[in-house]
Amino acid sequence: MRSVILKNKTLSWIGIILITLIFLIFKEEWSWSTKYPKEFIIPFSDWINFLMEKFVSKFGWFFLNISWVLSLPINAAQWLLHSLPWIVVIFLVTLAAYLSAGIRLALFSLCATFYMVLIGYWEESMNTLSLVIISVPMAVLIGFGLGVWGYFSKRAEKIIMPILDIFQTVPTFAYLLPILLLFGFGTVVGLIASILYSFPPMVRNTILGLKRVPNNIIESAIMSGADPKQLFWQAMLPSCKKQILLGINQSTMAALSMVIIAAIIGGTADIGWEVLYYIRKAEVGQSLVVGVVIALMAIIIDRITSGFAQKSDQEKKDHRPSKNIKISYLSFALAGSVILFIFARFFEVLDDWPYDLSVWLASHINDLFDTFVETFRAEIKLIKNYTLFFIMLPTKIGLQQAVSPFTWGFQLEMVHKIFYFGSLLMLSLWLLKNKRNNVFVFTLLLMIFIYVGLTQMPWPPLLIIYSFFAWQIGGHKLALGTFFGLGFIVVVGMWPEAMISVYLCGIAVVFCFITGTSLGVWAAHSSIVSAIVRPINDTLQTIPLFVILIPFVMLFKIGDFTALLAIIIYAIVPSIRYAEHGIRNLPSEVIEASNMMGSTRMQLLFLVKIPLAMPVIMLGLNQTIMYGIAMLVIAALIGTNGLEQIVFIGLTDGNMGKGLIAGISMAIIAMIVDRITKTISEKRSEALGLAIK
Amino acid sequence: MSCQNVWKVYGDNPDHFFSNGSHSAKDPSALSKDISNQGHIVANADVSFDVHTGEIFVIMGLSGSGKSTIVRCLSRLIKPTAGQIFLDEENLLEKSEKELIDIRRHKMGMVFQNFGLLPHLNVIENIAFPLKLQGLKEKERIKKAERVIELVGLTGRENNFIKELSGGQQQRVGIARSLAVEPDVWFLDEPFSALDPLIRKQMQDEFLRIQSIQKKSVVFITHDFQEALRIADRIALMRDGQIVQIGEPVDLILSPKDNYVREFTKDVPWESVLRASDIIDKGKKISETAEKVSFDMPVAKMLHLLSKKPTGVVVIDHIGKKIGMATAQSFVAALATAEN
Repeated sequence: MRSVILKNKTLSWIGIILITLIFLIFKEEWSWSTKYPKEFIIPFSDWINFLMEKFVSKFGWFFLNISWVLSLPINAAQWLLHSLPWIVVIFLVTLAAYLSAGIRLALFSLCATFYMVLIGYWEESMNTLSLVIISVPMAVLIGFGLGVWGYFSKRAEKIIMPILDIFQTVPTFAYLLPILLLFGFGTVVGLIASILYSFPPMVRNTILGLKRVPNNIIESAIMSGADPKQLFWQAMLPSCKKQILLGINQSTMAALSMVIIAAIIGGTADIGWEVLYYIRKAEVGQSLVVGVVIALMAIIIDRITSGFAQKSDQEKKDHRPSKNIKISYLSFALAGSVILFIFARFFEVLDDWPYDLSVWLASHINDLFDTFVETFRAEIKLIKNYTLFFIMLPTKIGLQQAVSPFTWGFQLEMVHKIFYFGSLLMLSLWLLKNKRNNVFVFTLLLMIFIYVGLTQMPWPPLLIIYSFFAWQIGGHKLALGTFFGLGFIVVVGMWPEAMISVYLCGIAVVFCFITGTSLGVWAAHSSIVSAIVRPINDTLQTIPLFVILIPFVMLFKIGDFTALLAIIIYAIVPSIRYAEHGIRNLPSEVIEASNMMGSTRMQLLFLVKIPLAMPVIMLGLNQTIMYGIAMLVIAALIGTNGLEQIVFIGLTDGNMGKGLIAGISMAIIAMIVDRITKTISEKRSEALGLAIK
Repeated sequence: MSCQNVWKVYGDNPDHFFSNGSHSAKDPSALSKDISNQGHIVANADVSFDVHTGEIFVIMGLSGSGKSTIVRCLSRLIKPTAGQIFLDEENLLEKSEKELIDIRRHKMGMVFQNFGLLPHLNVIENIAFPLKLQGLKEKERIKKAERVIELVGLTGRENNFIKELSGGQQQRVGIARSLAVEPDVWFLDEPFSALDPLIRKQMQDEFLRIQSIQKKSVVFITHDFQEALRIADRIALMRDGQIVQIGEPVDLILSPKDNYVREFTKDVPWESVLRASDIIDKGKKISETAEKVSFDMPVAKMLHLLSKKPTGVVVIDHIGKKIGMATAQSFVAALATAEN
């Protein structure tokens, strides 16, 4: 019975491969299959533009009023932060750092904030900070409220969850489009975008935290006579305080990253705008100097908030500071601020850092990078060309076009083709004979893909292949979702750009998954590697995406290759993390049992550990893809050609319809991939009977 | 406290089995089967019993037998699908949520298997938590809490956080909290199952000591038959959501209702369960000169005496009245009935 199904599955795959071949043979005749005809494109983007125009002309005043109201607290925060001397702000930040995580973070915060003063970007930093300060409490309140609602009402949860999915998968730039049209230019757009982007983690953490409150705590509180309000505020909420604080931490980080991204529309004179300005002017050294401010700010905010989150856990071990101590900290902060404020009145330098005392690092950095690029010119070119010729181009336009005397050193002749197809066919037949049916199908598909190239493939067979794959993983629901989702991208005429996005992201993901997982496995076995990798991962995850781009632009100039590297460096983090976590948290009795059966270290790794950790590793793949897509969006800044570029152009040209449709298309791809990888992970863990922690 | 014909059914529409009142006419087992066949899960089927004032009533059963569900029905943490539950002549099923909160605040206390302590509060705050919920002033709370802290032997640990305590100590906090409001009914849901065997025995003694002072009406849940025998005044043995047998420990041993009950009693060391009054030889005339033993003396302690006195000893009740003779032969006879 089983073998019949197996055969049928393989047979249908062979059928699909045949259809693909037919489409490839008639590629010239059926031009609609490679290039979706213009006259059949459904003009969603025009409709959206039309509707939006009508809407704005009718209700625009309403949103402009909201915009005005929202600008009040921002202006107040900006006024406050500007009128305080820098020395006071630094004092308060350092004190907060000390209280949350001790002397080391305090010293780091002191140096980092002073760096902002030193390079002459204090005011811009404070503008960014004031946006974060105003948006985070609002996002946290909204998120907490929705989270509580979602916890108590199943129906509400059913509505809220998909909305969160959309908010978190729609590319960040695409967010800004409708907000821009509704609320006009300026600071408020950044505020609203960052609220919308940063409340979902708060909702998720609130729901998760409340769900994880142990049942016996709830029951014991009820039996202690708690009414519903007391139960919630005095028993449940304190029990999940840590998760809630974690939510605040994640919301804050999201808000900061969105504030930076929103700088792209300008109007705030904040730090993100400065970075962009210098990137566009190709003054990369200066953009790095300013970019470091963002990174430092992110690290400080992250460590302080997560420090408080962890502290809430430790309080139970040490004894809590009594109310008196809390009051004395507060009065110390107040007194210190007042004294420093008065000091700054007498010493101008403590209030406004003079221009001529500022340190100009940019030229040094430029020199450094120039020398580096100069010295290793040949090597850099080699790396770039090899990757381009042997990996990127074949994936993108296929061997049939990528192989040329210029790139590979020879022309693709009939002999080569026969050799290529012949050897691969032999391999696949051998696989079939050995009943490795899945690998057989995979090899055949890969052979065709690499020969033709992803962007040169006709869309009908690709649609069929993706949907059939989704069907095998997650049944007919997932298959239908995939089919209609991708079909949407076809009929709005964005398929070619979508495939360019997929190609760039795909290469990065494959590379990240292989290297990242290997690194993670290594880190799981060596505490030294783990200790080296962890801080690097932490930093990469806190630094806003923009800043990661800068050094790569300096070394490799703009283009696909630079974008690829930036995606890889950012998206490799989850692969490493999840692999290490998965391997480290295996049930020890299984490892012991395998050792007792006499398995070697390699056997243990490949026959026991990796298969058992597979569900977690697959979650890492899922996250790698999501991170890759997030970075891809930002990479539009340095000139890629995929969907992300359309979103970006839509933003700069104010063509909302097109940008939004491209954004939705990216979200569709992200969601499909997300569901597929998650389903694989869930199925594996179910089959293994393991719960993923 | 008593419960009558209590049913708890989980599923899509459990109420419709009971809505027209016809269920009472049917045999519970048949109805239970009927309900399961329609895709519902029967957690409790027609459970009835009374808990007398000051009595330790143990509900004993293996996991999945419905014992945790029935105690949650009694404490109204969950709502029974059908039946009646009385506390002080009042039907708890007719009470509003608000009235229930009031009843829990003053009449009920409950101890949980995994303690259910609040991690963000220290020992005394945890114990005073029910009092705080009632809105008592801090001073009064602390005063009342101190009293129960002393009772459970945790004096000196007031300001420790829960994480710093061992499992046994944590359950002492749980016990103290449940007693802080001076309840009439005391529920204990497998209170010692999460503890090591040695600690468990200690805590059982501790529980008996506290109960001897407090004299609450106790509903005690356990899956451990030995534990049930040690502490119970009466035991209700449950299986598949139904009560198989209710009785004093010795009833279950001497006259098990079916093979299921017999399985449990098989390995019980009888001499420690049987008491003098259980081995009386009814046909033997009461001797005036024989040595006297109290009716509740464990047979284990009498063995030495019985071996020396072939004519037997006189068993007297709590007021000193002679109620019968016990001999080595009558002991063997009692064992023989138990064996069958």
